[in-house]
Amino acid sequence: MTILDIRDLHVVVQGREILKGISLSIAAGEVHAVMGPNGSGKSTLSYTLAGRQGYDITSGRILYQGEDLTALAPEERATKGLFLALQYPVEIPGVTTMNFLKAALNAQRRARGDKELDAMSVLRLVRETAGQLKIPEEMLRRALNVGFSGGEKKRLEILQMALFKPTLAVLDETDSGLDIDALKLVADGVNALRAPDRSMLVITHYQRLLNHIVPDRVHVLSDGRFVAEGGKELAHELEAKGYAGLARDAA
Amino acid sequence: MSIAAETKSQVAELGEKYKYGFVTDIEMERAPRGLNEDVVRLISAKKGEPEWMLEWRLGAYRRWREMREPAWARVHYPKIDYESAYYYAAPKLAAQPKSLEEIDPKLLETYEKLGIPLHEQKLLAGVAVDAVFDSVSVATTFKAKLAEAGVIFCPISEAIREHGDLVREYLGSVVPVTDNFFATLNSAVFSDGSFVYVPKGVRCPMELSTYFRINASETGQFERTLIIADEGSYVSYLEGCTAPKRDENQLHAAVVELIALEGAEIKYSTVQNWYPGDEQGRGGIFNFVTKRGDCRGARSKISWTQVETGSAITWKYPSCILRGDDTVGEFYSIAIANHFQQADTGTKMIHLGRNTRSRIVSKGISAGKAQNTYRGLVSVHPRAANARNHTQCDSLLIGKECGAHTVPYIESRNPSAHVEHEATTSKIADDQLFYCTSRGIAEEEAVALIVNGFCREVLQQLPMEFAVEAQKLVGISLEGSVG
Repeated sequence: MTILDIRDLHVVVQGREILKGISLSIAAGEVHAVMGPNGSGKSTLSYTLAGRQGYDITSGRILYQGEDLTALAPEERATKGLFLALQYPVEIPGVTTMNFLKAALNAQRRARGDKELDAMSVLRLVRETAGQLKIPEEMLRRALNVGFSGGEKKRLEILQMALFKPTLAVLDETDSGLDIDALKLVADGVNALRAPDRSMLVITHYQRLLNHIVPDRVHVLSDGRFVAEGGKELAHELEAKGYAGLARDAA
Repeated sequence: MSIAAETKSQVAELGEKYKYGFVTDIEMERAPRGLNEDVVRLISAKKGEPEWMLEWRLGAYRRWREMREPAWARVHYPKIDYESAYYYAAPKLAAQPKSLEEIDPKLLETYEKLGIPLHEQKLLAGVAVDAVFDSVSVATTFKAKLAEAGVIFCPISEAIREHGDLVREYLGSVVPVTDNFFATLNSAVFSDGSFVYVPKGVRCPMELSTYFRINASETGQFERTLIIADEGSYVSYLEGCTAPKRDENQLHAAVVELIALEGAEIKYSTVQNWYPGDEQGRGGIFNFVTKRGDCRGARSKISWTQVETGSAITWKYPSCILRGDDTVGEFYSIAIANHFQQADTGTKMIHLGRNTRSRIVSKGISAGKAQNTYRGLVSVHPRAANARNHTQCDSLLIGKECGAHTVPYIESRNPSAHVEHEATTSKIADDQLFYCTSRGIAEEEAVALIVNGFCREVLQQLPMEFAVEAQKLVGISLEGSVG
């Protein structure tokens, strides 16, 4: 079954066309990687999928589980099982991480018609998952992302992914700013969440993340277009030749 | 941007934007329109006041005649016609009610709608409530239990009759009759309010609370509150306020006086939710309030916490006179102004004694076309050696058409004083909103969450029972501020 189907997508940001007609199809349980240099349109793709304002689709379409995604507000997409782990998670002063997680979990539950969880149930749920990601209790009592290290921020994103149990997870440069130990921790967290009913779109600049999260398909994005596609070995080829080399081959 | 259907229905549950906007249909007794000596005499007579009180009022009235409305605040409003308003309105009662059973059931219903059940068995554990409806106090609960501890908590009209010596000694001793235009007006025509006396060494066994409600149209509300904490005592007091929705503007000019004697502590919290006017700026309460506390004895402490979400105009500067040595004054404030609301609020910390300390934390939130001003004075007098002040003044802007202003005044006449002022201005960033919505939290809820985070330091100061209520209020008052 196809979870995400992107057809000839064109996206304009602040009057400039960033995505110039890309197509992509992800089946249930598959992990796809989108690789590309800076400025190729990787983050635009992730923000467009999540529904951020200012990312205007000028033509093409995005179907998510057969439904037109573009008609939905970001919170509706989240409720329907789409999750975006941000490259730069945002700080919200004064709002404790635990409180934020509770608000998000319950907002999604309410929208689905499920009963809200009380503070104790949320605490129990979060504790279980946090332990696996080596997220200490103390971090959950701090204001959301305020003063967190790069590694802590990214682990918190994966914690949310584990809590929300998305159908489609988009990971936007989850490896950026991480040392090798932190990278491994995050990758293990992601791998533990691989499941037949969960698809992933892993967006990255570097091949090294894909040594840990091994994709089923790799797409290479350059200047708003996919210039190469293949299996996991494409990532290694890219590492050897560089983006410039690959773009030359494609031309 | 669409709002999740669930959020919409949740908001709908809370009634309309201002859920306290209903009017209770009840027979009222009023003084004739306008203000003159006869009206002052009538108010005094209605309350069965002694001669000295009437003279005090008349003195204030004569003084007020010669005063002019202050114009220095950053608020703009049509001229108030003092001659066309009513200065006294009371629910018609056959006789003074002796117990809750004798009170008009419609009144009780009103307070239940407001979430203030007066029936003692339904009360939140440990909170004693005095309810003031327009000009009269209708019920004070838990009187007996408080009396056991020696605490007097009653309508001020009753205190004037029954505890005349105490009232006479302290009334006007913090906010003098001549203090300012609105306080002087209040001194002439105040109709009711609360009186608290906590005896020496007594820790008041429960939170005390007053609920103010304006119901009658074209009527000003002028309540007067006097709290005396005798040596070594402690009391925590909370007031809440609501009013019906009306196109006209109604005047509310209260005076609150706090006196803390040696080693005493008073904690005074306000959740002010007077009707703010509609989205076009029609109607709403004009809130001109004088609140001042006097740390009269050494080592005493007065702490003001306010959550100001209502009123079309707010003009309010709860202050502390740090008279005794080693006294402490605190001011924690959240002021929210949305649509066409204007708030000019802050505090005055007057350091007179040695080793006096004050702390100011002000959180101002502006949305819509609102203007929000923090105005504060820190004054250190020559005798106040080693005075300390820390001021933190943060403003949050939502949208492009609102304004935030900070006007701090600092006067130091003692070289050993340390005065610190920090100020920040920020906006709710698009990426913060997007982060929340991408996690399933709809925009309005996200704004409430972010603003509550911004206000956390102040919300933490509120008594537990009211902190939750205040958090919800913060969300409701900012509805319609994004999108």
